[in-house]
Amino acid sequence: MALPYSEQDLALFRDNPLGSHTTLDDIRENFDFLDDWESRYSYVIDLGKQAPRIPEAHRTDDHLVHGCQSQVWFIYHLDAGKGTLQVLVDSDAVIVRGLAAVVMTAFNNQPLAHIARFDMEALFAELDLVRHLSPTRGNGLRAMVKRIQATAAALLPA
Amino acid sequence: MSTQRIFDVASVRQDFPILHQSVHGKPLVYFDNAATAQKPMAVLAAMQAYYESINSNVHRGAHTLSDTATAAFENVRQQVARFLGAREAAEIIWVRGTTEAINLVAQSYGRSQLKPGDEILVSQLEHHSNIVPWQMVAAQTGASVIPIPVNAQGEIDQTAYAGLLSPRTRILAVNHVSNALGTINPVKAMIAQAKAVGAITVIDGAQATPHVTVDVQDLDCDFYAFSGHKVYGPTGIGALYGRRAILEAIPPWQGGGEMIERVSFEGTTFNHIPHKFEAGTPAIAEVIGLGAALDYLQAFNTTDLHRHEQALLRRAVELSEGIEGFQAIGTAANKVSVCSFVVEGTHPSDLGTLLDHQGFAVRTGHHCTQPLMARFGVPGTVRASFSFYNTLEEVDRFFVALDKCIRMCR
Ligand SMILES: Cc1ncc(COP(=O)(O)O)c(C=O)c1O
Repeated sequence: MALPYSEQDLALFRDNPLGSHTTLDDIRENFDFLDDWESRYSYVIDLGKQAPRIPEAHRTDDHLVHGCQSQVWFIYHLDAGKGTLQVLVDSDAVIVRGLAAVVMTAFNNQPLAHIARFDMEALFAELDLVRHLSPTRGNGLRAMVKRIQATAAALLPA
Repeated sequence: MSTQRIFDVASVRQDFPILHQSVHGKPLVYFDNAATAQKPMAVLAAMQAYYESINSNVHRGAHTLSDTATAAFENVRQQVARFLGAREAAEIIWVRGTTEAINLVAQSYGRSQLKPGDEILVSQLEHHSNIVPWQMVAAQTGASVIPIPVNAQGEIDQTAYAGLLSPRTRILAVNHVSNALGTINPVKAMIAQAKAVGAITVIDGAQATPHVTVDVQDLDCDFYAFSGHKVYGPTGIGALYGRRAILEAIPPWQGGGEMIERVSFEGTTFNHIPHKFEAGTPAIAEVIGLGAALDYLQAFNTTDLHRHEQALLRRAVELSEGIEGFQAIGTAANKVSVCSFVVEGTHPSDLGTLLDHQGFAVRTGHHCTQPLMARFGVPGTVRASFSFYNTLEEVDRFFVALDKCIRMCR
């Protein structure tokens, strides 16, 4: 999946606030504070809106994650020097984009080995998000995480 | 009917135990009736009573229980024959549901009759279960499956249909009512046109049987299929009506017990219709449950039920006009109580999730009609499908909830 990124594309990865400006601890704190489903969903949806959109040119079939009711795309950029990954996940559904924002926050600018081993189920359980996911949506989310983790694992130096 | 029950939605709701519960802390509003309908207590009781008092295999035992079970089972076949307006019970074949019924016709009639160059016409409105079985038999026989286009209202384009009919047309397979949009199709006229070119007609009645009165003799179709679970009966049972002359002429589909007259290694002869098409032990309790469901429905003047459903639909259409960016998918003049839509700037799956949190059960997605979704250029829709046990107040609350969901998404 060698992607010819333009300068603008690279800026999207660089300027993504999720996983840099916004950290997992920020999300945890906010979740502690929000106690009804409506404010939690609104927060997740807003998080999703912080992420840059994947440009149309990169919304190709090979960047599609299968198993989701909505369309979900995934692209990444490897910082070879640091051995860290930047990921962009986008969807035409706002809730999926919000859940993807949590995933991006957990993965962005993290070492490949950390990403490959990360226990996303545990994070979603901790945030009490899994309970709110229908089996179909949950599967889409799992497919998305699995795809990113497999990508990270494949990029790890042997 | 002598002891007719007056339709009253409040009293009817008492017959459906499942409706009285909370989901995510909110009272359940069940608007996914096109996927499957809920079951009245009478159906549950009939199945329980069957297992408690007469369970035994049908058509087999030389004992009292088996005779009682067989009589009850065959009684429901009579009842279904009357429900569909068939000439006789032998024209009713038990199947698991509409899907199995269509596969039976495709594999028995289609596989034995179709030749290369033959055409099977299906509409763009069809459920996948009225497309894929035809594609499979087309691949086996060299026939081809031709889609009849649908107009912007979600109606089958009748001019295009007339243009597609030819002596090559061997089968017309269309739904009586569309599951995704609710369109009631003019199947009677379409059947007559198909007959005129010598084609046989297969009508998918899965969504029609809950909402319109069906009479297969008046329609003059060759096959008519429906699913028990959509007419308030159990899952795992449905029926296929087939015209006697055709059923007698075509080969059985599945082989096994029940469907034979005599088996030897020199050769096997098959049972009469309908048993020739019913290999194996049937879903006896489910047949009994289906009978109870039809009894339940027929205790009412069914037009009262349909009138209430139409009132729900009208209210929904009215309230939808107040929702910014609301786009109804399927605006046929003639439709059942199905409200399928998209809302600008939102994805159906988002709306489905957020509605669920407010207690509303709706279906989102392609509704097993991907060619139709492609026709409308949408990834899917939100579908609220109403039953006679739904209330105007539920519809009102739905649009308040929907408005809230939309504001959360934007
Ligand atoms: C129009 C239509 N045809 C066929 C089917 C398939 O019915 P079943 O799944 O009961 O076999 C359905 C069910 O959703 C339907 O709505």
